[in-house]
Amino acid sequence: MSALLDHLPEVWQGLVVTLQMTAASFAGAAVAGLVIVAMRVGPVPVLRAVATVYVETLQNLPLLVLLVLAVFGLPEIGLKAGLTTTAVVVIALYEGAYIAEALRSGVNAVSAGQGEAARALGLTFGQSLRHVVLPQALRTVVQPIGNIFIALTMNTSLAAAVGVVELTAAANRVNLLEARPIPVFVGAGLAYAAIAACAGFVTGRLERRLAVAR
Amino acid sequence: MSTLLFDEPGPRARRRIRVATVAGVLVLLALLALAVRQFAANGQLAAERWQPYATWPMWRYLLGGLWSTALAAVVSAALAMAAGIALALGRLSRRRWVRLPSAAYVEAVRTIPALLLVYLVLFALPRYGLDLPLFWKLVVPLAVSNAAAFAEIFRAGILSIERGQGEAALALGLTHGQSMRLVVLPQAARRVLPSIVSQSVGLLKDTSLGFVVSYAELLYSGKVLANYNGLLIQTYVVVALVYLVVNASLSALARSLDRSAAGGGGPRRRKITRVPR
Repeated sequence: MSALLDHLPEVWQGLVVTLQMTAASFAGAAVAGLVIVAMRVGPVPVLRAVATVYVETLQNLPLLVLLVLAVFGLPEIGLKAGLTTTAVVVIALYEGAYIAEALRSGVNAVSAGQGEAARALGLTFGQSLRHVVLPQALRTVVQPIGNIFIALTMNTSLAAAVGVVELTAAANRVNLLEARPIPVFVGAGLAYAAIAACAGFVTGRLERRLAVAR
Repeated sequence: MSTLLFDEPGPRARRRIRVATVAGVLVLLALLALAVRQFAANGQLAAERWQPYATWPMWRYLLGGLWSTALAAVVSAALAMAAGIALALGRLSRRRWVRLPSAAYVEAVRTIPALLLVYLVLFALPRYGLDLPLFWKLVVPLAVSNAAAFAEIFRAGILSIERGQGEAALALGLTHGQSMRLVVLPQAARRVLPSIVSQSVGLLKDTSLGFVVSYAELLYSGKVLANYNGLLIQTYVVVALVYLVVNASLSALARSLDRSAAGGGGPRRRKITRVPR
């Protein structure tokens, strides 16, 4: 255990980076997912097609390929940004596709009468989506979105493969210095498990709080 | 067409749709123009920078990488599915000492990043005298992490089979194991086939971790190629396109399996359970 305690500052720094990346990319993914799902369920064929292509493309590409392409490829065409920023943007766009799919299944689960009633009241597409359909859709997809959050946390570790020093990379560095792999990697694994447990706890509470009595 | 959110558009709605179409197309064209400008301004559109990817030796090398990707994916999928069935049966077992460890495994592995497992196999196991060949350094962590996902899929499949099937098998005098093996599992396997294919796409995506292991699968082959010829963005774009074609075909297969499975039974449509990545 001392191997981990001696290097607590580095590991703690890595954990902080992981948490920051998780928070930033989840926020970005939520925004991207909302925009994509609005396009995908909307009445404009072109936007529907764009959103479908977006979701299909990003879900069928490995995240690591996208990270490598962005980190090593984009500077070649003159787009330079910080390493962590690039990773956060890529993860946000990638997980945005999954959030859009989860939201779409939520929208499909809202009963047709709700949308019809909204239209009968004279609400426009945007209004009925914002005030009637999405609030109900979001409640049904709390659990799936929580699972996406956990997957996103795990996925921030891939940023280590392109050079971001977050928790996984920090743990690996400490291991290379100390050559005590078991405590170091178990410690890092426990940190990830703790994040996932918190996410599970929060989604469980949210789901019960938000459940619609039908 | 009338769906949840809009009816057959009237004149005003049609005008709005036309405006949104034009705006959408303009934004798309602007983005495309921006991309082309960035590529051109940095000389990345020059024919000689793309021309190598029209030659056979390049493709032979990349297809070799794709073959290694497929091999790693198939072997880890086979191991993960076998372990997944065992874990699913374990989680549904009547014996607590079988049920609890299986549940603990599935819940624990779900929250550990695959990359951490890869690092463990890469840097930790050799210290304890277990230095696996390169191929297994990629396959073992992938099988370990995907076994949990497959276990959940199989468990959902087994639970979805009507109770009467198992009860009828027991009534015919089959033992518990026989009824599972001969009656319940074959039906469950057929039912979860689309989800299995979909999960295998995820596993195929995970094999890109070969980049870290330096096992020469598709992404690592791309890295080697890019370091050799200096065509970074071109190489990675081509690699991404290959992944896209392969995975999109597999996803389409999963969807068509899903449709044909649901087709016979009337309008009831099953959804592919897709584990988020």
